Amino acid sequence: MATSTIARSQRETRDSVVIRFAGDSGDGMQVTGAQFTLETALAGSDFSTFPDFPAEIRAPTGTTFGVSAFQIHFGGTDVMTPGDAVDVLVAMNPAALTVELNDLRVGGTVIVDTAAFNERNLNKAGYTRNPLEDDSLARYQVLKFDITKLTADAVKPHGLSSREAHLCRNMWALGLLLWMYGYERAATVDWLKRKFAKKPVIADANIAALNAGHAFGETAEMTEHMVGYVVPKAEARPGRYRTVSGTEGLAWGLVAGMRAGGIEKMVFAGYPITPASALLHTLANLRAYGVVTFQAEDEIAASGAALGAAYAGALGVTSSSGPGIALKTEMLGLAIATELPLIVIDSQRAGPSTGMPTKAEQSDLFQAVHGRNADAPLAVLAPVSTADCFDIAIEAVRIATKYMTPVIVLSDGYLAHAAEPWLIPREADLPRFPVTYRTDPEGFHPFLRDADTLARPWVKPGTPNLEHRIGGLERDYDSGHISYDPDNHARMTKARADKIAGIARDIPLQTVALGEDHGALAVVGWGSTFGAIHRAVQIAQDEGRDVAHIHVRYLSPFPRNLGELLKRYDRVLVPEMNNGQLVKLLRAEYLVDAEGFSKVTGKPFRVTDIVQRIRGGAPPPSEGSGLGGEAG
Amino acid sequence: MTVTTITDAQLAPKDYASDQEVRWCPGCGDYAILKAVQKACAELGLQRERTVFVSGIGCAARFPYYMSTYGFHTVHGRAPAIATGIKLANPDLDVWVMTGDGDGLSIGGNHMLHVLRRNVDLNIVLFNNEIYGLTKGQYSPTSRRGTRSPSTPLGSIENPVSACAFALGSGARFVARSIDTQQPHLIGVLKRAHAHRGASFIEILQNCVVFNDAVFEHITGKEVAPEAQVLVEHGKPLLFGKSKEKALRLKPGTLELEVVAATAPDVLIHDETNRALAQLLAALEPPLPTAIGVLYCNPTESYEHDVYAQKGAARGNADLDALLNSERTWEVVS
Repeated sequence: MATSTIARSQRETRDSVVIRFAGDSGDGMQVTGAQFTLETALAGSDFSTFPDFPAEIRAPTGTTFGVSAFQIHFGGTDVMTPGDAVDVLVAMNPAALTVELNDLRVGGTVIVDTAAFNERNLNKAGYTRNPLEDDSLARYQVLKFDITKLTADAVKPHGLSSREAHLCRNMWALGLLLWMYGYERAATVDWLKRKFAKKPVIADANIAALNAGHAFGETAEMTEHMVGYVVPKAEARPGRYRTVSGTEGLAWGLVAGMRAGGIEKMVFAGYPITPASALLHTLANLRAYGVVTFQAEDEIAASGAALGAAYAGALGVTSSSGPGIALKTEMLGLAIATELPLIVIDSQRAGPSTGMPTKAEQSDLFQAVHGRNADAPLAVLAPVSTADCFDIAIEAVRIATKYMTPVIVLSDGYLAHAAEPWLIPREADLPRFPVTYRTDPEGFHPFLRDADTLARPWVKPGTPNLEHRIGGLERDYDSGHISYDPDNHARMTKARADKIAGIARDIPLQTVALGEDHGALAVVGWGSTFGAIHRAVQIAQDEGRDVAHIHVRYLSPFPRNLGELLKRYDRVLVPEMNNGQLVKLLRAEYLVDAEGFSKVTGKPFRVTDIVQRIRGGAPPPSEGSGLGGEAG
Repeated sequence: MTVTTITDAQLAPKDYASDQEVRWCPGCGDYAILKAVQKACAELGLQRERTVFVSGIGCAARFPYYMSTYGFHTVHGRAPAIATGIKLANPDLDVWVMTGDGDGLSIGGNHMLHVLRRNVDLNIVLFNNEIYGLTKGQYSPTSRRGTRSPSTPLGSIENPVSACAFALGSGARFVARSIDTQQPHLIGVLKRAHAHRGASFIEILQNCVVFNDAVFEHITGKEVAPEAQVLVEHGKPLLFGKSKEKALRLKPGTLELEVVAATAPDVLIHDETNRALAQLLAALEPPLPTAIGVLYCNPTESYEHDVYAQKGAARGNADLDALLNSERTWEVVS
C-alpha cells in the first residue's frame, strides 16, 4: 500500500507532535489512538501515550462527561511525556471540543466532524452558538469536514446500516491523520481483519473508511492548512521493540520474577477495582506460565489468599488501588509479623475514599510506608515508567523472597494505561535469584534468622519434620514460640526494622538521572512523574541553570546514599502528584530543607509546570532562552 | 515393582499434640474438641507434614498452636481466605479451618459464605459457644435474643444466625453438627468431614465455662439429651426419645417437621443428599429436638480441582520470550 504520493521533501518537518483524539465514549477514540500509536512505532518514532476516559462506562451520548480522549506524543527526540500542549485536536463532537480545547496550543489544529455539530449536540455540550460559525476558534486552524457523510459514502458499497456506518468514522479520522504524518496503514488493516474476522463486511467497511480518510488528505480536497508533515525517526538502541503499558509490564515482570526465583507457581488474588483490574485480567490469561488468578469476594480475602499462597510456598501477589489497599492493611500486618513474602501492587488513584477512580495520583505513599498499626516496616518500590514496571516487578519478587517481607509497588492510574516503546528483554539476560525453601530439620525454628539478611527460612508445608506454627501473636526471638516477654518484643521490633533497613545494602545507590551530583537545585521525584521532571530539567539546563534530576525508585528503605546526596544541593524541590508526601519523608529522614511542589488535579504534571517552578527560584537563566522544544 | 506407601498410620493421638502448653480455661469445651481432633487424625492416619490447621482470632483460633502439624494463626475472620490461598498454591495439602461463632459468622461471615459456595476442599470446624470469650463475654451472632452480656446489659435484641442454616444457604455441600462432650459422635463426624471432597462445615456446640456456662444444657444435658437431640444417620428413620419412641415426619399440608410416634406412618428416613430436608433439620429448635449428625452431604468437584482442570492451568513451562514478543513488534537496526 503506497503511503503517500507527496514526496517527503514536500512535507514540513516536525521534531515532535502531540495529537489528541477526542470523542464520545462510544466513538472508539481509544482504539483509534492505539492504532495510530502502532503505526507511529512501526515508522520508528518514539512515543508516549495517555488515555483519558470517563468513569462512566457509556455516558449518555454527546455529553461532556462522556468524552473519551487518547493523547499521543510522538517524534524523533525528547519524547518523555504524553506532551503538555496539544498540536492537533481531533474533536468528533461539540462536547469533545469544549472539554479538550483548553489544552490545544494557540495556533494548533482542530479537526472536527461538522455533521456532529447539530443543535442537539451543541445544546448537550453547552454551546448557545455553533463555534464553527463564529470567531471563537479564531486562534486555531480549524479543519471542518463532514466526516459523517464522507464515511457513509466510503462504506456505502458494503451495505451497512447508518448506525454501523457511523461507527466507522474513527477509522476515517485515523486514515486522515496517518496521511498527515506520512504513516502506513498496513498494520491497522491487519488489525481490523483480525478484530472483525467473523464479520468480514464490518472489517471491509472500516478499511474502506480508513482508506477514504487517507485518500481525502491525499487529493484535491486539501485546504491551505492541510499540509503533510514528516516526523523524524527516534534514535534508539538496536533491537526488537514493542509497545508496553504499565499493566503489561507489571504482569510480565511478575512472571519473569517468579521464574528468576525458580518459584513454580504464582497465586494472584484481586478484587475488581479501577484502575487495578486490568492487571487481574492480564494475568488471568497467563495460566500456562504458572499463574493461578483468584477473584476474591473482597480486598481482604484477596490479600488473605495471596498470603496463604505465600505461606504454602508460592509467589503470593495481590493488587488494588488506594481504597482497596486500605482494606489489605490488616493482612499486611500479618505478613510483616509472620515474615512471609507478599507482593502488593497499588495502582494509585485520586482520593480520599472513592475520589476520582480514573484519575491518577501519587497519594498512597504515606499509606504504603506507614499506613499500618504498630511498628510495621516493609519495602516500597515505585516504577518510573511503563517499561520500568517490568523491572520493578522482578525486583519486588527478589526483595520479597530474599528478605521474607511484603513489598508494596506503587504504580498509578497513569502508568497502568500509558504506553511507550520497549526494548524487549530476553529471558536469558534477566537476573537470577533462586529462592531456597528450608528442608533441613537440624536446628530449625521458624524464626531462625539469616545472619546477613535477617530473613527467616521459607518452609513449604508438606516438608517432613519441619512442622511448625506461626501467627500474628508476638513470638520468641530464639524459639519462634508465642511470647509476651517485654524485652523479647523490643528485640523483635528491632529485628523487623533492621531487616527492612538492611535492604538498603542490597539495592543500587541513588544515582542522578540528569545533571551533576551537587549544585544549586535538585528536583527529586518518584514514580510516574519521571518523564515530565526529566524533560523540565533538560530544558532548565539548556537555559543555563544549575539543576539536576534525581528520581527515587526505592522508597522504603531509601538508597543508603540518598541523604548525603541531597545535602550536596543548595535546594531540593520535590514535585509530587499529592499534597506533599515524599517531601515530608525526606525532611523527616534527612533533615533536608526540601520544598514540596504539589499537583493534585488528577492529571499528570506538564513539563511547563515544573519548568516554571524551577525558574521561580533557580539561578537566573542565560539570556534569551525560553521554554522551547517541548511539544512544538 | 514394589510400591511403598509411607503413612503415619502408626501415630497415636498424642503424636498430633505440639509441645506447647494448652491455655484454655479449665473446663473449656475446646479441650474436648482438641482431643477429638487428635483422635480423628490418628484414626485417619494423617501425615503431619501434609496437614495444615488455619485459624482466625478467638479462643478457638488458638487451636493450631496445640497441634504438631503445620499451623497458621491468622487474623480475625479471614482464615477461610488464607486457607483458600493455601489450597490454590498446593491442592495436595490437607487443610483445616478452626473458627468460632464470632470469627466465622460475624467478622468473617462474608468469607465463610464464599468459601462454602466455592466449595474449596477444606474441613471447616466452627466452635459455637454463643459468646465472645477471648474479649470477655460479649454477645455473639449466635447468641439468643435476650442474652445478657457486658455489651447488652438489658439483654440482646438481635436475632441469632443458625450456623448450619447459614452454611446450607451459602451452598455448602457438607454440613454437620456435633457436640463437644459427645466424643465418639464428634470423632465420627470429623472423619466424615475429612472424607468429604470440597468444603465440609461442622458446627460444634461448645460450652464456654466462664462466660456462657451451660448455654446448651437443655440440649446436651445427660437427662434431657435423648428428648432434645435427634441423631441423624443417612438411610435411617429420624427417631429420638429415651427408647426411640418418637419420630419426625413432614406435617401434612405444610413444609415443616412434626413429632409423631415412631410407629406412625410416613416417618422420615434421613437422606443426607436432600438439601430441603437438611434445611428443615438445621432449623429445628426447642421445643423440637436439635438435629445432630451429618445433615447434608452431596459432594461435587472441589474449587481447586476445577481451577487446575481448566485449559492450560498453571503449567508454568510456557515460553516467556514468546509472551514478550507476542503481538506487534518492530526491529530497530543501528
